[in-house]
Amino acid sequence: MNIVVPVKLVPDLVEELEIDDGGTALDTTWLRFILNEVDEHALEQALLLKESLSGTVSVISLDGEGVDDVLFASSAKGVDRLIKLTGVDYGVNVNNHAMARFYATTVRILEPDLVLVGVQAHNDLDGSLGPLLAEYVGMPYVGYVSGIAPINGRCRVRKEYPGGLIAEMDVEMPAVLGVQAAESPPRYVAISRIRQAMKTAAVDEQAAPDLDTTGGPMVDSMFKPETAERATMITGDEDEVAGRIVDLLRELGKA
Amino acid sequence: MMAAPAMEAADAAGFTDSFSLSLEEVEEGRRIRACLQCAACSGICPFGYLMDFPPHKMISAMRAGMFEKVMGVDSLWLCVSCYACAQICPAQIPLTNGLMTRAKEEMLLTGSIPAELQEALENSQRYGNALGEPPRRRADWAMDIEPAVPILSKIKRPVEVLWFVGDYASYHPRGRQASQALARVLNRLDVDYGILGPEENSDGDSQRLAGETGLFEMLAEKNARAFGKYEFEEILTTDPHAFNALKNEYPALGISYPVAHYSQFLAGRLDRLQPLLTREIPARVAFHDPCYLGRANGIYEDPRRLLTAVPGVELVEMLHTRETSICCGGGGGGMWLDGFRWEKAHFRLSEIRVQEAIDVRADILAVTCPYEMPRFEDATKTVTGAKHLVVKDIAELLVDSLIEQG
Ligand code: SF4
Ligand code: SF4
Repeated sequence: MNIVVPVKLVPDLVEELEIDDGGTALDTTWLRFILNEVDEHALEQALLLKESLSGTVSVISLDGEGVDDVLFASSAKGVDRLIKLTGVDYGVNVNNHAMARFYATTVRILEPDLVLVGVQAHNDLDGSLGPLLAEYVGMPYVGYVSGIAPINGRCRVRKEYPGGLIAEMDVEMPAVLGVQAAESPPRYVAISRIRQAMKTAAVDEQAAPDLDTTGGPMVDSMFKPETAERATMITGDEDEVAGRIVDLLRELGKA
Repeated sequence: MMAAPAMEAADAAGFTDSFSLSLEEVEEGRRIRACLQCAACSGICPFGYLMDFPPHKMISAMRAGMFEKVMGVDSLWLCVSCYACAQICPAQIPLTNGLMTRAKEEMLLTGSIPAELQEALENSQRYGNALGEPPRRRADWAMDIEPAVPILSKIKRPVEVLWFVGDYASYHPRGRQASQALARVLNRLDVDYGILGPEENSDGDSQRLAGETGLFEMLAEKNARAFGKYEFEEILTTDPHAFNALKNEYPALGISYPVAHYSQFLAGRLDRLQPLLTREIPARVAFHDPCYLGRANGIYEDPRRLLTAVPGVELVEMLHTRETSICCGGGGGGMWLDGFRWEKAHFRLSEIRVQEAIDVRADILAVTCPYEMPRFEDATKTVTGAKHLVVKDIAELLVDSLIEQG
């Protein structure tokens, strides 16, 4: 089973986000980028499949800040092939349409059995990566997947629906799957192993094709949510506070 | 199901051999051969009776060539690196720094660690602090202090003292209050100091004692780069863990500076500090010896000298004191394993300690390690009859006594 995991780095929300002077994008001066959280799950699921069925796992990323760290950490976890698309920075003008086109070119060459992507990212402005990529490479797509078991050239996947519903469905391979959660939490990899990987692992650098962002939206303005003042501070002794909370709940209940 | 880790396969015997060889690389590590199997280590260990392999059993498993059995269970993560076993061992085997830490490292390399610990380690790697707080906000605690706390990258001049504030003292709400108090004391003493602010990273000592040596080295290197940018004569730490790292572990990585814990630093300036301590604090004060000031580094008197310098303070000693002090539960990764430990043990070390403070009718439990304040404060809410017990950092008590002078 050969699996490709195209990954996406996203702004880390631990640092406060700021809008740049143009008012249409994030100010990147202080931004730090991390691997999209569900991409960690896509990667973990790929490694679990490799360990139970044998095969290879390749990770692809566009170039940019923090990418090497992500690639070496993946290698330390057991990824076989690290591919970096150079000549493009994921942080500059790359929307999901463009990213999917870049990854499609590489995926076509690698001819994998499965492509696992994180099902969504918090900065998806133009749809999520998985369905776009599936369209460009002509493979079926299932998203919100939380379990994958290959059976006779097909793949039985568990898909989560809102409201606690779960479906099991069979998908023809090759396929693109949007992973919501791996079957076990992403593993920890000791820093010493990552440092070892930095010395030994090879990153396959490939020139990215031309940037094509068509299909994505134009951002007219970007701003922070305006917070309404809904918080009420209740003071007083325990009885007063409890009484006031009961009154408030009654009032809100009527509305 | 835990996936097989991506690690070099070794047969059980080879694994045991390489593990015991690695123990001998630790200072005095060869002493492990002299173990008497007296079990004093496991007897004094606060979690010994809950561990499948407390220290003496771990050693006997190694001798029997069955170390893989030790690696097959997770109760090792109960160890809070408190140095009680190392302190009592008649053969003077470096149990805490050697055996327990190396065993945790061995577990960690297989990728098998409790999820809460994993999060703290990933945070430390990503943000330079275990709490997962924004690095840019590391000096926010100092914002309202007058005169302003000097940040070295801003003042651009040499200082006498580089104050290494540390994670919990920078970010935890109670730790921040204690840091503000210490800044006020330093200001009153006209100490020429500066902090690194966002350039500071976790000292990494607790991550090391949780088995993450590589992360410890990475954090130490980052701190060394920051130290290297500035001119100063000595380092002052809020946190005994940082003190321990800088004093005992960083030098092996080629990072060597004179270092003092703030209790030592202030005790050395008592001649100037004492006349300023004018406001009486009439209270019975019990002092909790932190593991990494006391047992690990033999500093017992300096904190007590500061406390008794405060007029009105009556110092009382708890049942476990000085060398026999009980860990607050936060050491060796314990700060990040509360859920795990509760599931296994159903008690908290901090509660035992708070009970001991009540038993000696203390009004105040004085601490000098940023891990302890939240742990003990939480325990005062759960231990019967502990509601009146106030938990204070020594720096806070000093400021309370200074305050009347304005
Ligand atoms: S206290 Fe020391 S000598 Fe005694 S069993 Fe433990 S390690 Fe061995
Ligand atoms: S360091 Fe403390 S917790 Fe760890 S084994 Fe020794 S006595 Fe037990």
